[in-house]
Amino acid sequence: MASEDSTLISLVEKASEGDRRSVGRLLTLVERGGDSAEQVAEATHTLSGKSHVIGITGAPGAGKSTLTACLARDLAVSEYKPAVLAVDPSSPLTGGAILGDRVRMEEASEAGAFIRSMATRGHAGGLALAVPGMVRVFDAFGFNPIIIETVGVGQVEVDVASAADTVVVVVTSGWGDAVQANKAGLLEIADLFVVNKADRPGASDARRDLELMIDLSQLTGQAVRRPEIVMTTATEGEGLDEFKKAIFEHKELLFEGEQISIRRSKRWKAEVRSRLDYLLSEVATESIENLEEEKGSSPGSVARKIAKNLLKKDELR
Amino acid sequence: MNKKENAPIRIVLAKLGLDGHDRGLKVVARMLRDAGMEVVYLGLRQTTEMVVTAVEQEDADAVGISMHNAGHLTLAPRIVKALEDAGLDVPVVVGGIVPESDLEAMAEAGVAGVLGPGSSAEDVATCVREAVAARGE
Ligand SMILES: Nc1nc2c(ncn2[C@@H]2O[C@H](COP(=O)(O)OP(=O)(O)O)[C@@H](O)[C@H]2O)c(=O)[nH]1
Ligand SMILES: [Mg+2]
Repeated sequence: MASEDSTLISLVEKASEGDRRSVGRLLTLVERGGDSAEQVAEATHTLSGKSHVIGITGAPGAGKSTLTACLARDLAVSEYKPAVLAVDPSSPLTGGAILGDRVRMEEASEAGAFIRSMATRGHAGGLALAVPGMVRVFDAFGFNPIIIETVGVGQVEVDVASAADTVVVVVTSGWGDAVQANKAGLLEIADLFVVNKADRPGASDARRDLELMIDLSQLTGQAVRRPEIVMTTATEGEGLDEFKKAIFEHKELLFEGEQISIRRSKRWKAEVRSRLDYLLSEVATESIENLEEEKGSSPGSVARKIAKNLLKKDELR
Repeated sequence: MNKKENAPIRIVLAKLGLDGHDRGLKVVARMLRDAGMEVVYLGLRQTTEMVVTAVEQEDADAVGISMHNAGHLTLAPRIVKALEDAGLDVPVVVGGIVPESDLEAMAEAGVAGVLGPGSSAEDVATCVREAVAARGE
């Protein structure tokens, strides 16, 4: 363990000096979870909290990666040091994954953006545990902004993106896409909409659908203003300036007032919650592993008995 | 800080050189995914620097490169050396048409495995697994 500690300390040291390989290693440790992840979390926690976190979500193929790449490249060539965390689903059958987002991010990478691909990996809640920790690593070592790209299909993926400071929902031109986004619950979380593929017919239809749906929906507590709608053609970089402007305006609005601290304390609480859920479920798994069936005792009464015993113990590390 | 056993192998997959097809590379990507690995897919026309950057940022366990014109004797050793120079201790597996007579030179250059066009999904997965395991020791 002593050597593990010293490895960790040297990784953190090197990462602070700008060594990207060490940042890559630290991200892996967080992604894998367990004790090392906790240690990285302790080491990076106090160093973080400065960066602006942007979540980008929407249907597969909407152009999220292309858009993220444009934004990251543009920021990297000006005064920023952006990082991208691109999340793609793991195959539920084999646990493997093809992470293809880097293909679109070549130029962003060459311009200096740090790009990390990540698979959802099967385990329940794993993503919800890992992503905030990985964002914290980027934050601690000066990456700003941090862009999280997730597919807006799975609930966990949507949650992960919606925990960002600024949440961008990408839809495409044409009829029906905005309606789908609404069904998937993406409308409530959006601070900003992008209608991408504006080079295709139906961009104004998509915009009108969105306007109507925003009119009909109650703005939730999360929104600081009516979400703006930006039209882009990501493959041509068209609309990028408006997109960037909208993101920075939202950021300023957040940081001007109390919104940022409200949002972040909500995020903090949600993270504590998912860690608590995880710890409790681990203990639960352990305690039923060797459980013998007690004929005549109801499952509920046994569960209560176990819970009572656990609460007395100092089981959690 | 050893790799946890249950974490999937992460492999960076790229095609070097100027030729234009990625059909083969996509097939290999699927084979590796189906073998439970996480494939960071870079696609066509990659340079040595792009591969090194990806390995660094993705903290990959292995690199798979494909090449179809006869560049293997220059390109493969160059990748191996660039990774070494960057302090990245990851095995390089090469796919493509490599003549028998070049196999020794490839091994000497530090290439961990060569997969010919006829390789099965199992060959591919086993080759990568063994290359990664050999580094871990
Ligand atoms: N016509 C058109 N195609 C686009 C545009 N943006 C992205 N695409 C294409 O849409 C496909 C999916 O893009 P990608 O960024 O990978 O989508 P993601 O799955 O949301 O990350 C790619 O073939 C892109 O080239 C756009 O503005 N117009
Ligand atoms: Mg994508």
